[in-house]
Amino acid sequence: MMRLRRSHLICCAASKEKMAAHLSYGRVNLNILREAARKELREFLDKCAGSKAIVWDEYLTGPFGLIAQYSLLKEHEVEKMFTLKNGRLPPADVKNIIFFVRPRLELMDIIADNITSEDRHHSSRDFHILFVPRRSMLCEQRLKEQGVLASFINIDEYILDLIPYDGDLLSMEYESAFRECYLENDQTSLYHTAKGLMTLQALYGTIPQIYGKGECARLVANMMLRMKREFAGSQNQILPVFDTLLLLDRNVDLLTPLATQLTYEGLIDEIYGISNGYVKLPPEKFAQKKQGEGSKDLPTEPKKLQLNSAEELYAEIRDKNFNAVGAALSKKAKIISAAFEERHNAKTVGEIKQFVSQLPHMQAARSSLANHTSIAELIKDITTSEAFFDNLTVEQEFMTGVDTDKVNTYIEDCIAQKDPLIKILRLVCMQSVCNNGLKHKVMDYYKREILQTYGYEHMLTLNNLEKAGLLKPQTGSRNNYPTIRKTLKLWMEDANEQNPNDISYVYSGYSPLSIRLTQILARPGWRSIEEVLKMLPGPHFEERQQLPSGLHKKRQQGENRTTLVFFLGGVTYAEIAALRFLSQVEDSGMEYVIATTKLINGTTWIKSLMDRPESPTQ
Amino acid sequence: MQAVLPANSFLPFCVDNLNKESLTLYVQMIKSKVDEEDYWHSSKFKAFTFDDEDDELSRLKESRQAVNNIRRLVEEDDDEDDVERISWSGEPVGSISWSVKETAASSQRADREPAFPKISTDTPSISRSQSGYSLSSLFKGKPKVGNFQTFSDALTDSSVRLYAPELRKPKSEYKDYVSDWSPEETVQRLQQGKAVSLERFRTLQDKLLLLDHAIAAHDGNVITAVLIYLKRTLCKEVLFRELESRQTALRHFIHYLSETQNQRLLLELHRALGRAEDAALLQYKEHLSITDENKRRDFLKNCLSLPFSAEDLAHVQDHYTLLERQIIIEVTDRQAERGGKVEIFQKFPRKALILNMPLITTLYYCCFYHYAEPEGTFSSPLNIRQTFKISEKQYFVTALAARAKLKAWLDVDALFASRNWLGFTRKKSPLSFQRVVDILQKNSAPTHVLQDYVALVDDGELRLTLAQKHKCHDIVISTYRDMKDRQLLLGYRGKVVRGSAEERKIDDLLSNPQIRWKN
Repeated sequence: MMRLRRSHLICCAASKEKMAAHLSYGRVNLNILREAARKELREFLDKCAGSKAIVWDEYLTGPFGLIAQYSLLKEHEVEKMFTLKNGRLPPADVKNIIFFVRPRLELMDIIADNITSEDRHHSSRDFHILFVPRRSMLCEQRLKEQGVLASFINIDEYILDLIPYDGDLLSMEYESAFRECYLENDQTSLYHTAKGLMTLQALYGTIPQIYGKGECARLVANMMLRMKREFAGSQNQILPVFDTLLLLDRNVDLLTPLATQLTYEGLIDEIYGISNGYVKLPPEKFAQKKQGEGSKDLPTEPKKLQLNSAEELYAEIRDKNFNAVGAALSKKAKIISAAFEERHNAKTVGEIKQFVSQLPHMQAARSSLANHTSIAELIKDITTSEAFFDNLTVEQEFMTGVDTDKVNTYIEDCIAQKDPLIKILRLVCMQSVCNNGLKHKVMDYYKREILQTYGYEHMLTLNNLEKAGLLKPQTGSRNNYPTIRKTLKLWMEDANEQNPNDISYVYSGYSPLSIRLTQILARPGWRSIEEVLKMLPGPHFEERQQLPSGLHKKRQQGENRTTLVFFLGGVTYAEIAALRFLSQVEDSGMEYVIATTKLINGTTWIKSLMDRPESPTQ
Repeated sequence: MQAVLPANSFLPFCVDNLNKESLTLYVQMIKSKVDEEDYWHSSKFKAFTFDDEDDELSRLKESRQAVNNIRRLVEEDDDEDDVERISWSGEPVGSISWSVKETAASSQRADREPAFPKISTDTPSISRSQSGYSLSSLFKGKPKVGNFQTFSDALTDSSVRLYAPELRKPKSEYKDYVSDWSPEETVQRLQQGKAVSLERFRTLQDKLLLLDHAIAAHDGNVITAVLIYLKRTLCKEVLFRELESRQTALRHFIHYLSETQNQRLLLELHRALGRAEDAALLQYKEHLSITDENKRRDFLKNCLSLPFSAEDLAHVQDHYTLLERQIIIEVTDRQAERGGKVEIFQKFPRKALILNMPLITTLYYCCFYHYAEPEGTFSSPLNIRQTFKISEKQYFVTALAARAKLKAWLDVDALFASRNWLGFTRKKSPLSFQRVVDILQKNSAPTHVLQDYVALVDDGELRLTLAQKHKCHDIVISTYRDMKDRQLLLGYRGKVVRGSAEERKIDDLLSNPQIRWKN
């Protein structure tokens, strides 16, 4: 349990690294959380006295990048960093070797290999393990079996449950959370979630109201209340920042992640994949051709860009429907061009000085504009392709309930031309969800076509999808999707992409179910949709947490309330965009901060449910 | 994924598509198709781009123009225009992932420098005792209990502690090792990573109480820790029975067994709990780790006796039959190829083994190398179609692609021959002629072949766009003539080769006084 006083954190925040200013722009200053995480890291590093080398589980470098830069590690005597791999550790004249790893068995085997290859006679290096985010019984046992457990001076955990991603976004980056919860029925991720929420409350005050929908939501709420009881002795004296917590199970809304996101950020993620706030793009569009030079050497390495609200232009366009991005970029282009033209008007020394002082800012704006123009061009090439259009048409037919009970010709054709399996699975699952299960004949047909075309071993994957409820045979009960669609207004005929007046703009017509639930909870309340809530899986509930007297907020007239929406099992960028839209709607009176186990899209999500051949060790 | 073909596979058609599981790659494939932008823009896209489609796209061009203009303005500063410094690898300088590579590289450099063996100035860590304490660590300040105590120590070290904890511990904490913690306290200590011995829970009742407390805490780690202890100290039958009424613990136990690849116990567990189908699937999954094809086949054969659902059993049966067949085909074809007498293998040498390929890939292979074989052979496409009940459409698409790849246009033609014995030779197809054209074009069919099939596309507008796209001039010209659209015909004249037959045809039409042009 992290218990930190705020004053202390604020003085930390003023320290020299100012890399994460964008985290403090939002309604809730998430920099506090980041600073707390940095402090923990420093403390751990100082515990291993002397010079050190870190051996990284490569997966962790991404999430850690959101917390700290190399400079912080260097200040604490980290002299070398390596990637974890089999064999002998590279030479490094340091006192300590620290493994930063996720608690995974295959990584333990690599560590064991490192240790046993170490030259015991010449080396006097101390070994440490830092598990992120938790120590694991299984891993320590594995180290013991391999006979290396005793070589460690120090085994510790670095509780990195919720990582601040942006001014209004937290993610646990817990990739397997959905699979564990709904396939393997392993609730460890929920425990971590509850822990993370306790840390958050320690920093931002007790959240007085908790709402939830779904089995996992219920469990997390129970754990939180229990943990609070266990700490009953120490009252949290921080004025609550959040008014409400809403816990939502991903399986309450299986449909939304399956649909292709149509916001700018959503499409970047669908097409290129955003990982830990970075995207890798094909370099051709970014090559700078200077005049007079031929295109002598085109870059071959992918172009890597960081995407967050620290970039003004990106913050402006990320949540727009892609069809509104062209206009926004061109508007920006005019402003920037005009600003550069100003130099002709600068006559006096003072004016010139003024112009020059603004140059760096203008340069940054120009380079940002150039990047996003290139990205938009790349995406446009795809969204205007026939394949994209056809796929979208079928998705929209399913979501509006057209012919969901028959074998779909488009899916059939896609299988016949061996389109990527994940694309097929996304569509078939979507059809199943929109039809509340597929007819036996339809399901058998799809299954046979898939197995024949992609290989019989995918039987295992199909089984997983069935267990997770994404693919299911129709049971006797009536298809209730149309009722849900109508009651929650999941389809809006006249979605306005340019000047949206409803969240449905993020999917050009479809309003994400999860966000409708959130919206209705704020107004007029869930009581108005009891019937539909019962059709969706899992219980819905409300809990209250007592605040010490004196901490009850006196709300100013017109002051917005703040809700933390926690998506258990993942959230898409389009859903985030929809929530940001709701935060901005005037007179909504509600602002949202978003937390999740993992940022997902349909492809990464389905992939996490697929069954791969065991152990890729060779 | 298992279905991935080697990059140099023999099946260009399949390779184009199969390898790409991710949307990213799938999209790259599309991109190459988008060269014909004019074509796409003129067609039917409405759903996503809405009314002012061209407007939106042209605005992107405006911004591109502005970007280029400004670049020229500020050329001299261009070298440093990136706000963030990016290294050659594209990672921002100073980020952790960049630094990992950077510092690792520098250490390698250091490695190459001649260096004298260094004598360590540190106190050599003499022997690290079983418990994980080194001498030096004892004097290194105040170590935290949790750090030194590992979970597994806590579990297995029943002999209390051999070392002397009082050396470094205040009396109050000494209690950690000897006290009788209640189940609740034990669970809490486990959660905090503190030392605790589970050995004191001796009776079944005590053990189950401990388990229930662990379950209530919802910490997977703790549940697993307790389960490992129970697994060690209880007999299977009792453990399985108790787990049946504790679903959460059961799931964690299953997860633990599969993580540690304890297949045998896992199967026993499934059977004991009457989860026959789960057990069967689990066993089937093991085939993936068998590399020898004959062993794999035998393994699959054994799987047939497992209690699958009827539906899954049919799939496993097919899987087995397919591999069995692939092995036979592989042996025969390898011989034929080596023998050098069979022309097709000489002309199109096989680039990969057919073993473990999906069924449709196998069908394609057989349509490629064994097309005309009588239905009685294992490698006959018709036999495969029959045995595995391949749908008409799938068979058709696959055969079409394979024969087109070989440029066997007569075979292609024959596929469409309607079975009408009254003498009509109308072409019939289970899939749209648009798709047919698409497949033929992907296999680089010449225009004169494509033309026949473009002409069969029902929808007039679509036929025209396809004809334009594939340069089937005759179709375009006669369509314009039928539309009596002189302007379009004139415009098209610029797109055909000077002095060609097409140009003459257009000229003839344009000068034909019989036609009453509408414009």
